[in-house]
Amino acid sequence: MTTTPAPGADPYPDSHTPLQHVDLTDTGLPHADLQHPGLPHTYPGLPSGAKAEILTRLRGALSGEGRPERVEVDRSYRRTRGEGTDLAGLFAERVMDYKALVLRADPHTMVDSAATMLRRAQVRKLVVPPGDRLGWLAATGAELVLDDPPLTIDQLDAADGVATGCALAIAETGTIVLDGGPDQGRRVVSLLPDYHLCVVRADQIVGTVPEAIARLDPTRPQTWISGPSATSDIEMDRVEGVHGPRTLNVLLLA
Amino acid sequence: MTAVRPEPTFLGIPPFPEAAHTALADLHLRANLRKATHTIRERRAAVVGEMPDWEKLRRAGAAIKDDVLAHLPRYLEQLEASVTAAGGTVHWARDAAEANAIVVGIAREHGTDEVVKIKSMATQEIGLNNALAAAGIRAWETDLAELIVQLGHDLPSHILVPAVHKNRAEIRDIFAAGMGDAGRPAPDGLTDRPADLAEAARQHLREKFLRAKVAVSGGNFAVAETGTVCVVESEGNGRMCLTLPDVLITVLGIEKLLPTWQDMEVFLQLLPRSSTGERMNPYTSMWTGVTEGDGPRSFHLVLLDNGRTDVLADPVGRQALRCIRCSACLNVCPVYERTGGQAYGSVYPGPIGAVLTPQLRGINQHDVDPQTASLPYASTLCGACREACPVDIDIPAILTRQRAQLADLGRGPVHRGEQAAMKAAAGAFAEPWRLGLAQHAASFSRHFIGRKGKIGKVPRLLAGPLAGWTASRDAPAAPPESFRSWFKRTDGGLTEGDPATAGSPADGGLEEL
Ligand code: SF4
Repeated sequence: MTTTPAPGADPYPDSHTPLQHVDLTDTGLPHADLQHPGLPHTYPGLPSGAKAEILTRLRGALSGEGRPERVEVDRSYRRTRGEGTDLAGLFAERVMDYKALVLRADPHTMVDSAATMLRRAQVRKLVVPPGDRLGWLAATGAELVLDDPPLTIDQLDAADGVATGCALAIAETGTIVLDGGPDQGRRVVSLLPDYHLCVVRADQIVGTVPEAIARLDPTRPQTWISGPSATSDIEMDRVEGVHGPRTLNVLLLA
Repeated sequence: MTAVRPEPTFLGIPPFPEAAHTALADLHLRANLRKATHTIRERRAAVVGEMPDWEKLRRAGAAIKDDVLAHLPRYLEQLEASVTAAGGTVHWARDAAEANAIVVGIAREHGTDEVVKIKSMATQEIGLNNALAAAGIRAWETDLAELIVQLGHDLPSHILVPAVHKNRAEIRDIFAAGMGDAGRPAPDGLTDRPADLAEAARQHLREKFLRAKVAVSGGNFAVAETGTVCVVESEGNGRMCLTLPDVLITVLGIEKLLPTWQDMEVFLQLLPRSSTGERMNPYTSMWTGVTEGDGPRSFHLVLLDNGRTDVLADPVGRQALRCIRCSACLNVCPVYERTGGQAYGSVYPGPIGAVLTPQLRGINQHDVDPQTASLPYASTLCGACREACPVDIDIPAILTRQRAQLADLGRGPVHRGEQAAMKAAAGAFAEPWRLGLAQHAASFSRHFIGRKGKIGKVPRLLAGPLAGWTASRDAPAAPPESFRSWFKRTDGGLTEGDPATAGSPADGGLEEL
């Protein structure tokens, strides 16, 4: 869409001529079969025509005088943080700006660190999604409840907390991204319990949003988490914790 | 159950000057607004300031949106194909009635008499809650501010913080009085501490989230290439709606597309920083069709025109379709700060509302009602909105064009715009407005003024709406002097200044003064 058209070619083919694969009399519109008795927009046996009409209106709007210019997108904005950025340090700092607790640990201290966090939050029953990187949390003394087979909504609602890994994390914005992969689980698993412990490995941290987008698979359901749920709807006073987990703890493993 | 709120009908709202007059008289409203807009402005300035490439991101954002608009038919069909391939169903709606009928139809098909809703400008625009209520389906707003507005039978006043005009004591009273009718009552002895109020909302809404079968959302972005839809939020009510119910219906304005997944890298930087003034908002959800074992089993995407194709037809006005609803322009607008959002008489308040609403209502095509015709005058053309806008929408240029359309194209026997402007000049709008600006100048220049203890002249254009009327008669009008350049030139109103040294409307922002 940002390439230069061949000399002589019409740079706006779709702005005034229907594309070949568009049949404006197409009756196979997805909602043509949505027949609801009594609703004014449906005419049994006829296509609603909405799609065809909208596309026709759009082509009309984009033709003639003042037709929009061909657009080049300049993507010279930053893609990375500079060389030598301490990504783990920046990530920890930015997550803490959201009033989330971050502890850094190594293989020797991670059980103690996790135990400290769970004790502080009074979490005894901890849901964990299927995967193979969170089993060690049993050593903290917490009771691990595996979401396999899937727990019911009520079971999740009654759990003290949930622990997950992540797909990646973004240093500049202090963001954790879950994409339903191993150790991350269904989206609802990290939503209903009131406490979320997220285990992030230092090698999962990227510098910027563009780096994250480049690595993520858009076909997977994603949740980007930047601090605990929050609202500023009442006199602009920030309150941490409305519907999502009110407490977010991040364990950052070197 | 009497919980169904009469949908905010903006039809009874008088033309902007009159509505603004009422709002201006409400000191309490103005204090709340000022606190809110200034708080967000400072946050935004801080997080935008730490981005060395902000201007590049802004230009890229504008260019991506222009590309979308220039090839909208192709991208819409691409989106339809990718959403369908991922297991979703795509519907097309020419107008509000059609979109409402589609949503009602889907809800009925699933045999439900209630839906949970994520805050969405598009569903407000089409009056979906009213349409659902007429069909016997209750719509529960789940965003905290929307809940306050819904339970208080009120109108929203800001895109980002719709209940910005209510203080904590009022919110406490609304919850105590209204929650019982809508479901779980507020706890006895509810205080007005924000944390307690948030907790009451959490408890009240949780049972609704857990039992709802159908959710309705808007969408911030939809990626044509992949079919991915994105919702940006803070509280987690969005995640609840997007993942718990079996059926998800997303109503999306046709301009919300992005061509490629990569384009998200621009907008997920522009939007949170411009909107809430955060590096990133707490929760961003993205989904592509349906995913086995995770989230809704059925996903419906309703593509909404409702006047957008008319907006696209105007070569100047079409840039309003770049808007990502961040509300940064509201927070820097000296008019909005004084009048609040409700005076604009539409779901889109502030500078973006002043340019978008008249276009959606067909100002480029035909005569419009006096309320709509007054909106292009709800501005001083100071240019602060454009500077704040993350997709560089030239709002003053669109306003100027609309004034010209109203005044010079001579549609109908009476020039509605002139009528509105004359009315404004003659009565309600002019006096409080001038007073408001003088106070505004004073607030910004207090430390300059001290010695003399009085304020100098307000800028020529700001002296009254007649100046705007004049400008519209001389279309195409040159951009008038901005508040900031006037401020600079006259040393905050202390001197007459030299018009020759007037700066351009683009120098500096109010927040930097
Ligand atoms: S016009 Fe620009 S600043 Fe205003 S809400 Fe839209 S994107 Fe934001």
